[in-house]
Amino acid sequence: MNPVNYLYLAALLFTIGATGVLIRRNAIVVFMCVELMLNACNLAFVAFSRLHGNLDGQIIAFFTMVVAAAEVVVGLAIIVSLFRSRHSASVDDASLMKL
Amino acid sequence: MSAQLAAAMTLSAGTSTGEAVQFWILGTVAVIGALCTVFMKKAVHSALCLAGTMIVLAVFYLANGAYFLGIVQIVVYTGAIMMLFLFVVMLVGVTAADSLKETIKGQRWLALLSGLGFGILLVGGIGNASVGEFTGLGQANANGNVEGLASLIFTKYVFAFEITGALLITAAVGAMVLTHRERTERAATQRELSEKRLREGKYLPPLPAPGVYARHNAVDIAGLLPDGTPSELTVSKTLRERGQIRDVSMEALGDLKALEQRAGERLERGMPAPADSEGSGAKRSEEASK
Repeated sequence: MNPVNYLYLAALLFTIGATGVLIRRNAIVVFMCVELMLNACNLAFVAFSRLHGNLDGQIIAFFTMVVAAAEVVVGLAIIVSLFRSRHSASVDDASLMKL
Repeated sequence: MSAQLAAAMTLSAGTSTGEAVQFWILGTVAVIGALCTVFMKKAVHSALCLAGTMIVLAVFYLANGAYFLGIVQIVVYTGAIMMLFLFVVMLVGVTAADSLKETIKGQRWLALLSGLGFGILLVGGIGNASVGEFTGLGQANANGNVEGLASLIFTKYVFAFEITGALLITAAVGAMVLTHRERTERAATQRELSEKRLREGKYLPPLPAPGVYARHNAVDIAGLLPDGTPSELTVSKTLRERGQIRDVSMEALGDLKALEQRAGERLERGMPAPADSEGSGAKRSEEASK
């Protein structure tokens, strides 16, 4: 099997995630699609790491995971506080900075 | 260690047929999971599909010699992050049904089109690159994957690692600041609430209980008013907003209809063949004697 297949899979998953961000309007699902994009990048990094025979790709994937965890914590807190003030998790309703 | 080494050695050169089979089967699963994440209507289903995709990706990491990352992917991503997602979906998603009405005309088709264009761009870029064959991680993983990662993190990437620590602390503080709400006034006591109700003259007695007397007492069944219509007041607000109220007001009529039909069938069968009924009576007496 050609190693490039892993890259094609990563590109496909990234594209699906990006399309989901554009299509969906539930903030939580949009967020999940962002996570999908991050995971697709991680797959590409891991494949590159094996391709070049050193571990730097895995380190970068590891840092991506840490950043994603921090991002999820803050993002979900924002969604929860948005839901509290507006009683909706739709991104269309968040058109004003303040209630 | 020796088993890990052996596995690392097999990874050193090229790919096996087994890996190709694994790639095509699990890759299909991953893509289906990703598509379901985007197109499922309920956020809970999306979250579960995404968890499936992430587990498949963890298997890919393991197959590519990233043992530490594979385990971290399962423990941190599917274990912690996706459960956090589910937690928030349960907290928020009670009324958060995604409306299918488009607010911007043609947005969905434009989004699909731009996604397709982006995908073609990516695939074209990858197709032009000369990737070559896997070098393999046999040498890099010689002392074990975790040791290799650790020696890189604590030497070459130590600055990034420390900044990551600062980032995590900032995220924790940010989450607390965002979700914490200072109570500026004292919570009203029960007495004050009842006095307020009395002053407003809205609904003085306690709310009626759910369930239908002597037939159903589940919490999702609305109590019936004297005229037989269900009263929404009897069911908890959460269930009302989720639209999970069961209506049993027509059930008694349905039962009666079924009973009448059964009685009719039995009578019709019994009347034209009295001899048969006699035979069945004889059978019954036999069973009784046994």
